[in-house]
Amino acid sequence: MTGAQAVPGALLTGAAGWLFVIFAVLALGMAIAVVVARNPIHSALFLLSSFLLVACIFILQQAEFVGAVQILVYAGGIMVLFLFVIMLVHQRGVRERLTFQHQWDVALLFVLAFLLPFLYVLWTERFPDLPQNLDAFRTVRGKIAGNTQAVAWVLYRDYLLPFEVASVFLLVAMIGAVVLGKRSAEKVD
Amino acid sequence: MSDYLPILVFALLAAALPLATILIARALQSRKPNPAKLEPYECGIEATTFALDTRFSVRYFLIAVLFVVFDVETIFLFPWAVMFNRLGLFGLIEMLIFLTILVIGYFYVWKRKALDWA
Amino acid sequence: MKVLTPTVLTYLKVVILVAVVPAIIGFVVVLAERRLMGFMQARLGPNRVGPKGLLQGVADLVKLVTKEDITPSRAERAVYFLAPVLAVIPALTALAVIPFGPAIRIGKVKTTLWVTDVNIGLLFLLAITSIGVYGIILGGWASNNKYSLLGGLRSAAQLVSYEVPMGLALVSVLLMTRSLSMVEIVHRQGRLHLWFIFPGLLAFFIYFVSGVAETNRNPFDLPEAESELVSGFNTEYSGVKFAFFFLGEYAAMIVISCVAVTVFLGGWLPPFPHVAALKFLRILPPLGWFLIKAGLFLFGYIWFRSTFPRYRFDQLMALGWKWLIPISLANIVIVACAILATPGRSNGMFVLSYIFGGLFVVMFLLAKLRQKLARRERLAAIPASAVE
Repeated sequence: MTGAQAVPGALLTGAAGWLFVIFAVLALGMAIAVVVARNPIHSALFLLSSFLLVACIFILQQAEFVGAVQILVYAGGIMVLFLFVIMLVHQRGVRERLTFQHQWDVALLFVLAFLLPFLYVLWTERFPDLPQNLDAFRTVRGKIAGNTQAVAWVLYRDYLLPFEVASVFLLVAMIGAVVLGKRSAEKVD
Repeated sequence: MSDYLPILVFALLAAALPLATILIARALQSRKPNPAKLEPYECGIEATTFALDTRFSVRYFLIAVLFVVFDVETIFLFPWAVMFNRLGLFGLIEMLIFLTILVIGYFYVWKRKALDWA
Repeated sequence: MKVLTPTVLTYLKVVILVAVVPAIIGFVVVLAERRLMGFMQARLGPNRVGPKGLLQGVADLVKLVTKEDITPSRAERAVYFLAPVLAVIPALTALAVIPFGPAIRIGKVKTTLWVTDVNIGLLFLLAITSIGVYGIILGGWASNNKYSLLGGLRSAAQLVSYEVPMGLALVSVLLMTRSLSMVEIVHRQGRLHLWFIFPGLLAFFIYFVSGVAETNRNPFDLPEAESELVSGFNTEYSGVKFAFFFLGEYAAMIVISCVAVTVFLGGWLPPFPHVAALKFLRILPPLGWFLIKAGLFLFGYIWFRSTFPRYRFDQLMALGWKWLIPISLANIVIVACAILATPGRSNGMFVLSYIFGGLFVVMFLLAKLRQKLARRERLAAIPASAVE
């Protein structure tokens, strides 16, 4: 837990900064590869690497709990779901057709339309300086405890209602999955 | 952060080990491919179907969705458990509410026989 | 000038682990498994290469490396190549956060017997093992063989299903540890004079069953059920690539064992270190205790393999989803209540230990009784003439 603490007010200086640049560039490269790859399974693999690199960036920012969750839920859970879905619908014919490639001109237009305001905001907005307390993400009641503890302290006290609402979301997801999956399963049987 | 760098290096080395071994082994072994050898294994019979076209049960999808839901639930439990001694009775009650809502869903899933495979 | 700075030592440990663990698996664990299985099945097992078959690993290595490594013509070449690598990476990387022993001193060099102690240790382990599914599912898919594909799918479904009870079992232990750091978990067991296997007996059983399922080992080795799927996801693999799938499985076994030892069996601590009469147990170094405990788990794996018949897939899913998940959720609530009932102190854990221990003994006796009654009934059913 040392390293970046030398310069106050900046998490991403020195080696950590270079690591961030490497991770970010790689993550972006993987994200582009997801779109460009023709084979959906290859896309899924690139997406997986992108998720893992984002987790690395989280950990770099001392949000280690969020990083681990990123790996556990996105890389370990949601990607498996994606793979299952791809394999369920993946037929040879689909793979060899250039499914989305004929609309690339429209897509490019949209990308520019969204990119320009984004760049404008990035250019003009003065971002507030990084928190003076470099350990803001792992402090509980003024004591450094760890990212997990800090998340728990905030989540289960200050954001109680959103937390309980999350369980309703999960309930909806569960019921939705059963309604969708069971109906098609019954049709097959 | 510096605690995690060794893990990254570990992962890179763990990737280098199989990659290097596979490449070295490639130089050591003799390769005599023939069409029969390169066929998919079907106990000696010529494969009539293309395996990737095999249809499989939608239940795999169902299991994966349920897994993601329960995985997120577990994630919520981890920080709660670590801080439980500080959160106290309040923490227990709020987690019981959270779990009750999920258990309702779990029973629904059970009753709809989504957990039965056959 | 000092060469062995802590940083250098850390990376040295990384290199040693990456080099030594596969070697141990190849030369010791696999041989021990085959010999033990041979013993349990009243046969010899490999005993030809070297004295008592000790060099079997070398022979296997030579064979696997020089054997032709076939890529079937219909396979998806890139993914087919990548899958065994993906199977090895997470299984080995998980070893980075496992504390094999306390801080020690060799000559003038002071070092710790873990590579790194991160704040999210246990969560990191769960996360990294959840990545292990890709090697299997992609290997099965890329082979383009229906047995491989079905094996890969089954395996993925099995792995994700048992990840949930495994995580939930660990949560109930976290209530007692109050930390995710692996080193801190061991230290806390030392301070409490209590291994978490006692208050977490239920969690331990759930964890171990899930662990066996997570590593695709008997009796949950459905992905490679040879009577149904030839060899499952690795049917098309041969030579070194097959060897790395094999290595991944065994490394995962070792990781599961090491986590079980750290979380439930007090890691490197000798048994009952606070009892004066048992002081002599400290003769063995902490690392020795750790290895003995981990070895016990590996023995358990092998024992399971030669004892239990394979589950059916629907039974496997039912066990995971209908038994282990509700039990582990109930266990979390029980442990939380016990801790809450005795705030600030750890008495709740001791009470829990007695309750679980008592329940365990009662259940064991009941099972024995049932066995005996069933046997008596069976004997009574045999006509008297048949006995003579």
